[in-house]
Amino acid sequence: MMCQNCGKNPATTHVKRNINGKTAEWHLCADCAAKQGLGQGLVPMLGGLGFELGDFWGSLFAEPAAREQKNAERCPGCGSSFNEIAQSGKVGCARCYTAFYDRLLPSVQRIHGKTKHAGKVPAYIAEEEKRAAVQPPAEPERKEAAGAAAAEEPADTERTLTGLREELTACIERQEYEKCAAIRDRIRELEQSRGQQKDKEEEGNSRVGE
Amino acid sequence: MSENKKWYRLSGDEGDVVISTRVRLARNLNGIPFPAGMTLEQKQTVIRTVASALREGGEGERFRLVEMGALPPREALSMVERHLVSPEFSRAGEGSALLLTGEEDVAVMVNEEDHLRLQVMRSGLDLDGAYREADRLDTLLDSRLHFAFDSRLGYLTQCPTNLGTGMRASIMLHLPALQERGAIQQLAVTVSKLGLTIRGMYGEGSKPQGAIYQLSNQVTLGISEQEAIDNLKGIAAQIIREERAGREQWRQNPRFEDMVWRSLGLLRTARLLTGDEFMTLISNLRLGIAVGVLPELSLDTAGGLIGDVQSATLMAAAGRDLEPAERDALRAQVVRERLA
Repeated sequence: MMCQNCGKNPATTHVKRNINGKTAEWHLCADCAAKQGLGQGLVPMLGGLGFELGDFWGSLFAEPAAREQKNAERCPGCGSSFNEIAQSGKVGCARCYTAFYDRLLPSVQRIHGKTKHAGKVPAYIAEEEKRAAVQPPAEPERKEAAGAAAAEEPADTERTLTGLREELTACIERQEYEKCAAIRDRIRELEQSRGQQKDKEEEGNSRVGE
Repeated sequence: MSENKKWYRLSGDEGDVVISTRVRLARNLNGIPFPAGMTLEQKQTVIRTVASALREGGEGERFRLVEMGALPPREALSMVERHLVSPEFSRAGEGSALLLTGEEDVAVMVNEEDHLRLQVMRSGLDLDGAYREADRLDTLLDSRLHFAFDSRLGYLTQCPTNLGTGMRASIMLHLPALQERGAIQQLAVTVSKLGLTIRGMYGEGSKPQGAIYQLSNQVTLGISEQEAIDNLKGIAAQIIREERAGREQWRQNPRFEDMVWRSLGLLRTARLLTGDEFMTLISNLRLGIAVGVLPELSLDTAGGLIGDVQSATLMAAAGRDLEPAERDALRAQVVRERLA
């Protein structure tokens, strides 16, 4: 059997996913599997989408109607929806990473095995951080990160959200996926209550086997 | 600078096995969509912004701006063959530009997959030197451009596979002994577990030619530039050791010298050489030179030839497109002259 993604090499990795009770299966070659981080023994998680396989994984997200609404949310920077990003495997602009941070994180984890930057920091960011450390900022999140909407939010909701997001990152790194799901749900609830996200929807269980 | 001093023609440290080193940084500007979603106008703005940042940083003299859309396809493809641009970028057309030094050791692709792909190349193994220069230019550009960055995800890139440092460090290796032994497949599996990847000569998706492979780091998030480089160095050292041991063993076989000399004979006498045949023969020749079977020839001779007789580079030098048979004849002629 040839790889269903590239059609060029024999399929050696077999992926099975259970999304909301529906089982889907793919057969990939070593190269395409590695691109998905499937060849490296990393545990894929949550509802995650894959990049580069484009439509292939992206189509999973078209199914439940409840999801449609959430997928209609657009990045304030470039107007991309999460669905468009999932389908193309390409992020629209730098702000998309803030707008869709929670939903992109599982893929980031799968690709790199980690979710926290450990390298060079540009001087202008280091300056900002130094200033923030001396004088606590009015908003807990970086201003461009939170956007205009957040400025109107009560400071403690925002602070709780920041804390939860950090906790989520830590959980993902520790691969405590059940806890991740709970934290993520709490984040959604909070976001919903502040009126930014109207739709709260359980992610389907996802499982990938090779 | 003389044509002969280009990094891709010369040999450097560990030159018997390591052909060259490259460090690439992916960077983007805030407030403009990533290249896949940019208008032509936005692309041109980015090109102007990057070029003027280099000028203001005192680097203007060193770089020339090459508009990809204005380049004949053979010139663009020749740049791929010289490892200055990616194959995708050579087809990018209007709205993409390359900022290139005269020495061709720094090449900034503007509006490739990211707004900037800053690449520094060196002969032989020189990861530290290449990174130092890339880091210096990055800092210089960032002081004017303020690259898109998130404290959690690092440098923000169009494809999440480059998040974090945005750095891809790679070394081009000549691995004829490991290839002969059929060890490359296993090597690929092993390095992938260590966060590295091994590919053909022209990177992603390219098939190996002349036993030339690229080893590079795969993971860019959660690891510092220095760690990634040290990791790569460590693995490279082991591969180099293995390759050398394999060559020594192979040499004991009388067929080894025969293969090297026959390859030289063919290269010196052939009237037509296809690209594939040339790469197979020059690989044998390079191997022979590296282990000292052909003392009158140098690694630079082999490197210079590999750089000069690829199809598009031949046509770019001729100034016109050539039919395959014409090209093969010209390739054979250049090879004969150099090895005479």
